[in-house]
Amino acid sequence: MAVTFVQFMDWLRLTDEHVIEARSELTELDSAIGDGDHGINLSRGCAASSGKVDSEKPEYLDDMFTLVGMTLVSSVGGASGPLYGTFFLRFATSAGHRQELTPVQLASALEAGLAGVVQRGKPELGDKTMYDAMQPAVLAFRNAIKTGDVAEAALLASRAAAAGRDATADLVARKGRASYLGERSVGHIDPGAASTALLFQSLAEALA
Amino acid sequence: MKKLINSPDDVLTESLLGLAAAHPELRVDHANRIVYRGETKPHGTVALLSGGGSGHEPLHAGFVGFGMLDAAVCGEVFTSPAPDQLIEATRRIDNGAGVLHVIKNYTGDVMNFEMAAELLGGTEVDTVVIADDIAVEDSTFTAGRRGTGLTVFVEKIAGAAAEQGRELTEVAGLARRVCASGRSMGMALTSSTLPASGRPTFDLPDAEMEIGVGIHGEPGRRRVPLASAREIARMLVEPILADHEFGGSPAIVMLNGMGATPLIELYLMFGEVRGLLEKAGVSVARSLVGNYVTSLDMAGCSVTVLAADDEMLGLWDAPVSTPSLRWGI
Repeated sequence: MAVTFVQFMDWLRLTDEHVIEARSELTELDSAIGDGDHGINLSRGCAASSGKVDSEKPEYLDDMFTLVGMTLVSSVGGASGPLYGTFFLRFATSAGHRQELTPVQLASALEAGLAGVVQRGKPELGDKTMYDAMQPAVLAFRNAIKTGDVAEAALLASRAAAAGRDATADLVARKGRASYLGERSVGHIDPGAASTALLFQSLAEALA
Repeated sequence: MKKLINSPDDVLTESLLGLAAAHPELRVDHANRIVYRGETKPHGTVALLSGGGSGHEPLHAGFVGFGMLDAAVCGEVFTSPAPDQLIEATRRIDNGAGVLHVIKNYTGDVMNFEMAAELLGGTEVDTVVIADDIAVEDSTFTAGRRGTGLTVFVEKIAGAAAEQGRELTEVAGLARRVCASGRSMGMALTSSTLPASGRPTFDLPDAEMEIGVGIHGEPGRRRVPLASAREIARMLVEPILADHEFGGSPAIVMLNGMGATPLIELYLMFGEVRGLLEKAGVSVARSLVGNYVTSLDMAGCSVTVLAADDEMLGLWDAPVSTPSLRWGI
């Protein structure tokens, strides 16, 4: 069963809602090992991107996700702006000028987004970044659609992202500002991994 | 928090209004938060762009003008500017000979400049990434050494070279040579306070200091009991000398204030630093003392030492006319 344009709109709306709900929590995580602005920056970016989608009313997936990516890049700032921005820009290119995607096309678009994050941030698994939540989620989605339906695949991806997020607590940060803390970064969940888990939680809810 | 502000959200906007009012020789694009020179360079000369989070004034906007930058792009306090701002500034200052992006090594800055360069198209861009802060010992498992005081040297020397009409590859090569032969180390007596949060960025007890602090309050090498200026100078100079071979070449030395330390103390520190360098056989050929790369209202200082050659010295001495660095004109 194909994933419809309305479901993709729901994904963005739910992400927006969850990020705003988690605004203080994300900022608190970032205060512990970063510069304490992740929740503020990301909710500002989500609001800006929702506003753009509402006003420009894109009708195709590539137009919508390009708009989202460009808006995040220019409104979030720091490192998460370029990272999430690149994710959605690459997602848009892979999704193409369509209004719906088959599960296989969606898996490819997620993989393209992930590849963009890798190119931009050069993360490795275990660096304590958003990649630690995103990589297992995208992989879980791809594996699950081989046998199951798309809703179940999105649910498994969401669970994988949450597990990846929780596992960052035990890691020593090796990227970004938190890396200057070295061992002192252990015991804290990475705020980027936490927001990525919200992105996949929203996808699961949108496709449920 | 006691600050000369109206509202935390308007600090950058209103500061740029004041900068424009104080310096009619500059042109400020308030919507995009870009500071340009009033008079552009002749066609066919390389242009220099820098930018980063605000809160380090006079870096970078204070170095826009003849002999240094063509434009500076201002991000929010301690937050990198976005690619669309960088693209706009790059397009405007390109004189047909390409643009050098001068970037301090922070994850966000590097990514935003990188995206801007990718999306630009049509403009020749070269980049130099400054990573002079030797307080970061482990570059393999961190984001790498941070860009700090040496930025002033790169902008001055590369800016002078561009003014002479040299080509982009040559200006960029020179900037990279400066990066390779300069080192910095800083320390904090107190934390800075961000206008938006109103709270100190990090906790530093009265009787202690942070050796190797970053310009956003990033942790340094160690936290130690307060000591005399002579002792602090030793804690900054010794690791710099251990990290690079300075022997033989004339040095350009900056004693930089972090924002809240008075000039009387900065000069006192410079005397100590110069003494240690001369004792180690490093001859100080040029010096700069003052607040150039600050961290809001942090108290403390940093030392930058560049092993210069005759070409660098000549370009350092070349005329410059910016709000915060001006000589030879």
